[in-house]
Amino acid sequence: MTSAAMPAAPGFRLTDSTLRDGSHALRHRFTEAQVAAIAGALDAAGVPVIEVSHGDGLGGSSFQYGFSAVDERALIAAAASAVTRAKLAVLLIPGIGLADDLHVVAELGVSVARIATHCTEADIAIQHLRTARDLGMETVGFLMMAHMTDPDSLLGQARIMEDAGAQTVYVVDSAGAMTTHDARARVAALKAGLRPGTQVGIHAHNNLSLAVANSIGALEEGVDQVDGCSRGLGAGAGNCATEVLVAVADKLGYVTGIDTMAIADVAEDVVRPVMPREQIIDRSALALGYAGVYGSFLLHAERAAERFGVDAREILLELGRRKIVGGQEDMIVDVALELSRRT
Amino acid sequence: MVDRLPVAVIGSGNIGTDLVVKLRRSALLEPVALVGIDPDSDGLRHARKWGLETSAEGVDWLLAEAGRLGIRLVYEATSAKVHEAVAPRYAEAGLVAIDLTPAAVGPAVVPPVNLLTHLDAPNLNMITCGGQATIPMVAAVSRVTPVGYAEIISTVASRSAGPGTRANIDEFTETTAHGLVDIGGAGRGKAIIILNPADPPILMRNTVYCAIGADADRAAIETSVAAMAADVAGYVPGYVVRGVVFDEGPFGTPAGEAAARVTILLEVTGRGDYLPPYAGNLDIMTASAVRVGETIATRRGLVVPA
Repeated sequence: MTSAAMPAAPGFRLTDSTLRDGSHALRHRFTEAQVAAIAGALDAAGVPVIEVSHGDGLGGSSFQYGFSAVDERALIAAAASAVTRAKLAVLLIPGIGLADDLHVVAELGVSVARIATHCTEADIAIQHLRTARDLGMETVGFLMMAHMTDPDSLLGQARIMEDAGAQTVYVVDSAGAMTTHDARARVAALKAGLRPGTQVGIHAHNNLSLAVANSIGALEEGVDQVDGCSRGLGAGAGNCATEVLVAVADKLGYVTGIDTMAIADVAEDVVRPVMPREQIIDRSALALGYAGVYGSFLLHAERAAERFGVDAREILLELGRRKIVGGQEDMIVDVALELSRRT
Repeated sequence: MVDRLPVAVIGSGNIGTDLVVKLRRSALLEPVALVGIDPDSDGLRHARKWGLETSAEGVDWLLAEAGRLGIRLVYEATSAKVHEAVAPRYAEAGLVAIDLTPAAVGPAVVPPVNLLTHLDAPNLNMITCGGQATIPMVAAVSRVTPVGYAEIISTVASRSAGPGTRANIDEFTETTAHGLVDIGGAGRGKAIIILNPADPPILMRNTVYCAIGADADRAAIETSVAAMAADVAGYVPGYVVRGVVFDEGPFGTPAGEAAARVTILLEVTGRGDYLPPYAGNLDIMTASAVRVGETIATRRGLVVPA
């Protein structure tokens, strides 16, 4: 277990996204009581940043992505009342959420704004990053589906976010499609090309069973921040499991400030009971990573497969062929309809 | 052959130039001038080749020359800021303005839905491309059954999203959402925009979701949607409904629980005039604006159709 930090020991900041990315796996049905229990337990185990929002970020509650059972503002308030030390973060995807939404959550006690765009569309986040800075929030630029662009181009996009006021830029493997080489190359490009004061983060999914390995690879490239989800609860096959990441980091000598046994207990005792199913790599989840398809499409594709009598994996593979990006859940129905007409 | 009504286009970028191409085909309107700010712009060079008068001196030139050229109607394809500044001068000069910027000086119009109620307005706004594509469908459903909540998703090729849209993407979603309510007839509205960078570029896609009641007449909704789609395709030939799907709820919408929903999948292929076919989002704006101008010209008796 990690004790007092050695001054020279390498470390990183962990952001737990169970209450945001995990929202996908629960079909956005989190209750205030669940959020308060999970946020409180993560905080007690020493997690420094906890993200709470609809899975598709602020304003994500919709026909397109699924309506939240409880308004995310109420969930954020529940988390705020349960934590003593942790900072609260939100995700905001421009085009879905509004810059004005940041004013609302800042008042609820959120201090970290994570502004997400597809990996080639960073400029649509400028407005929102500036708003977050004006509100005195810590700013993170979140470049999703980063496997779809090369490291140099990703750096170009990261610089747009940096210039707009992002203090950290994340390499986000939304499809869980990166090999460890892919993740390391992208982190290395950002570490080398962004200003020395700008931090770099990694957000990994486990569709190819590489989420922890890719996060460790990113740490070896000097990444400053890493995302995890307790028991991996998240889109697709799930995320980098927070408790596994903490345990491996502990063994490797990275300081996180998180108690390894306590965070393992959170996963088992607090998070597992609210999960509809364990996060496993079944053939559909594997297809996400293999074809490079946005992780949150998984459950929508399974529902469409049932509704139209077609194969979920076929839907996902076709979405990959069409180069569909995050947020285009409506194309799942389009593809399912087309496949059903073919048969 | 009737005399066509002389019109001017202000703004020689992609939208303004595409508009000129479409106006040249119009049986009712004749583009006689294109006004920009850069004499070397591609749009002004094309316009000179087509025999239009051109100027790089902006709206001052237009106001001075409108009388000589017989211009009664102007299309604004500049920016919201420019249009807000010049709109009072158009009004003073008695020029009808059809505004393709987000300025929203005048009422927002969608040709097959509410244009006839605003025919006498001195200034009409074209909302957004997503609004022109989706509001007719919300109206098609809401004229059959109450729609407590409507939501639309517009997905456009990254290459067709201009700097104005990118710098203020919230303006797109908020303006479109208001249109779903104010013009489409929904109780509440939400709009989402997604940019897709795929190469070759994707065609513009729009999905319209409407919350409906358990007893809504689904056959009547399908008939109404098909009729409205035909109306829109009358001026946007590439406008196609790819599917209409009904799903059972309940759905916990912001307007309360809905028993069911209808999903309408739309695709818009541009005509490939000045802009390539993938830019259906820009095409639907310019094609709708032409339709607005033609309707005003005939209904106000400015031109008599053959």
